[in-house]
Amino acid sequence: MEIGLNHYLVLSTILFAIGLVGVMKRKNLLLLFFATEILLNSVNIAFAAISHYYGDLTGQMFAFFVIAIAASEVAVGLGLLIVWYKRHGNIDLETMTSMRG
Amino acid sequence: METLLYIALFAPLVSSMFSALFTTTPKKTFVGVIASLLIFTSFVSSSLLLALIVVNGSAPVHVEMMTWMATGDLYIPFGFIVDEVSVTMMMVVTLVSTIVHIYSIGYMDHDKGFNRFFAWLSAFVFSMMVLVMSDNYAGLFIGWEGVGLCSWGLIGFWFHKESATWAANEAFIMNRIADLGMLIGIFLVYWNTGTLQYEGAFEAFQTLDTATLTWIGIFLFIGAMGKSAQFPLHTWLADAMEGPTPVSALIHAATMVTAGVYLVIRSNELYSLIPNVGLFIASLGAFVALFAASMALVNRDMKRIIAYSTLSQLGYMFAAAGLGAYWVALFHLMAHAFFKALLFLGAGNVMHAMHDELDPFKMGGLKKVMKWTWIMMTIASLALAGIFPFAGFFSKDTILEAAFAEHHFVIYGVLLFTAGLTAFYSFRLVALIFHGEERYKIFGIHPHEAYRFMLVAMSPLLILAMIAGVLQEPFFHMIEEILSAHEYHIHSHTTLWIMLVGTQVFVALAILYAYKKYANAFIKVPDGTSAIENSFAYKLLYNQYYIPYFYEEYLVKPYKEISDMFWNKVDMKIVDASVDGIAGIIYGTGEKTRAMQSGNLSTMLKWMVVGLVVLLSLAVVFGLAARYSDSITVILSGLGVM
Repeated sequence: MEIGLNHYLVLSTILFAIGLVGVMKRKNLLLLFFATEILLNSVNIAFAAISHYYGDLTGQMFAFFVIAIAASEVAVGLGLLIVWYKRHGNIDLETMTSMRG
Repeated sequence: METLLYIALFAPLVSSMFSALFTTTPKKTFVGVIASLLIFTSFVSSSLLLALIVVNGSAPVHVEMMTWMATGDLYIPFGFIVDEVSVTMMMVVTLVSTIVHIYSIGYMDHDKGFNRFFAWLSAFVFSMMVLVMSDNYAGLFIGWEGVGLCSWGLIGFWFHKESATWAANEAFIMNRIADLGMLIGIFLVYWNTGTLQYEGAFEAFQTLDTATLTWIGIFLFIGAMGKSAQFPLHTWLADAMEGPTPVSALIHAATMVTAGVYLVIRSNELYSLIPNVGLFIASLGAFVALFAASMALVNRDMKRIIAYSTLSQLGYMFAAAGLGAYWVALFHLMAHAFFKALLFLGAGNVMHAMHDELDPFKMGGLKKVMKWTWIMMTIASLALAGIFPFAGFFSKDTILEAAFAEHHFVIYGVLLFTAGLTAFYSFRLVALIFHGEERYKIFGIHPHEAYRFMLVAMSPLLILAMIAGVLQEPFFHMIEEILSAHEYHIHSHTTLWIMLVGTQVFVALAILYAYKKYANAFIKVPDGTSAIENSFAYKLLYNQYYIPYFYEEYLVKPYKEISDMFWNKVDMKIVDASVDGIAGIIYGTGEKTRAMQSGNLSTMLKWMVVGLVVLLSLAVVFGLAARYSDSITVILSGLGVM
């Protein structure tokens, strides 16, 4: 069986769903980052697959951009995470309610 | 010439602005002095303009200061014209204003609102000048509303008094009712002639049909009725006496209330085309003359008696104007302004002396302490009664002659009878105030004569009240250039002499009767027990024919109830309720959804996902709808929806 575009797209969708559930369910900030990484990379897979399918490099360039932005985002995010951990001694989402309206 | 015109027009405005600077500061005499000087400047300019008009014959000074409105076919400039009619009015306005300003320096001496008084008074003069000098109906209307506003401010000058604010509002509201009529009249003029300039409008009137002209005439006259307090809009004038007495002299006797007469005279080319409306005006004028004079017979408020007499004299003016004797109306307006302002200022002196007591029955014998006021008021009353050779004789008798010569004998009869009443009530007042026992002593009042400079300020009016008659011939020759004037000659000399002498004897008898009845030692303050006070006629007249009562019961109260109902039912329950409802929904939504903002990142992320799903679903639904729009239309039309 040849691996075609649909397989990639299905994989991408499954990963996106996993990431989405992770974003909704995880209570640990570090694991939340993991979930967002899964989300971003599911989209990357779709970009790369469609780009290859059409023979157009634009999609792959977008994937690179997403990777770069995801890396910087994680760098900033982890920095904040460490600060938070130093102050509060945990990284539990339930305790982060200072933005309560 | 233009400079003179602008000085005459704007000096009062400058005066008003200047005085207005000091409204919040304590009394400063120089404010009154400067205001008086500026008004006097205006008077001098008006006099020079009068001289120019007389010398140049019929060459009116006409200027267009600037454009006010120019849209499409509508063109209204701030234009001013000084011709024979307006220069007469300007002279009357500025002369009486100057005197009243000077007089007020003394009269308002102890008043806290001294500076404010001059601001309003000068603003009034400016508005009145705009009214009489404008060369179009729109400018006239600005002045018209301006004098209404200043009248409001001055009637309610002592605004801490409930009755004064009430009277001010009454005057303002009644004038607004009439102004609606006037505004409709002005719209009709524009609608039918395409211009509001007197010149163009009068020219166009000649070609219009009578029905249209009649409507224009009626609506303009409704405006005049309000301003000149003609029946049935007359009640405000007597109540307006709540204002300071100089205001009554200037606004409610000499100038503003005559604006209605001025409007009719100014529109003479219109009214001479519709003699039926003219006859109605004359009849109403004659009726008001008698009606107001009858109310003055029994009233016990000095200022109200003079106010009713003003009303009565305005009736005379309308009678003359309605009969086409425009120059006679204008001449009586002028003469009346002099002697009536004098009478009011005299009454002001008496009020000052008597500590604001208004009931003449509580005075008596004042001629000993107030000799000059006594002389002035007696002469003013003689002029008002029309005794030869004072001003009223020339102006009022000419009105009678005009009515006679035009063969309107009913109007003539009514006016003649009213002349007798006028003489009676004027001298009833003089007799009660200045003659007889000194009844004021019971009330512990020590009267004193007014300041000398106030009496000196009044003296020009005294002289004019005495000699204005000699101005009749020159006035006639000046005014005939512009008004379709003709002298009224009774054909037979015998008839003329019988009329003149008869009127004089009649009036003189009325005066003597008034003296006999009221200048004796037996007059005492009425206490409501005498037979005459309980008679029906006395009560009817004393309560002003129950007209104020009627207005209060059948117009004001129902109106208040309707307003209350609209307020409670419509405004509170519908308008406010719907606005509050919308606000309530938004507030409620906020309150309910506040719980969402728990600050918990996890919850918020869940909501974010929900939003994403909702948006995606909407995108899908709309996408499908757009793709299958043709078939959806077919289905909907099959269902009969579209």
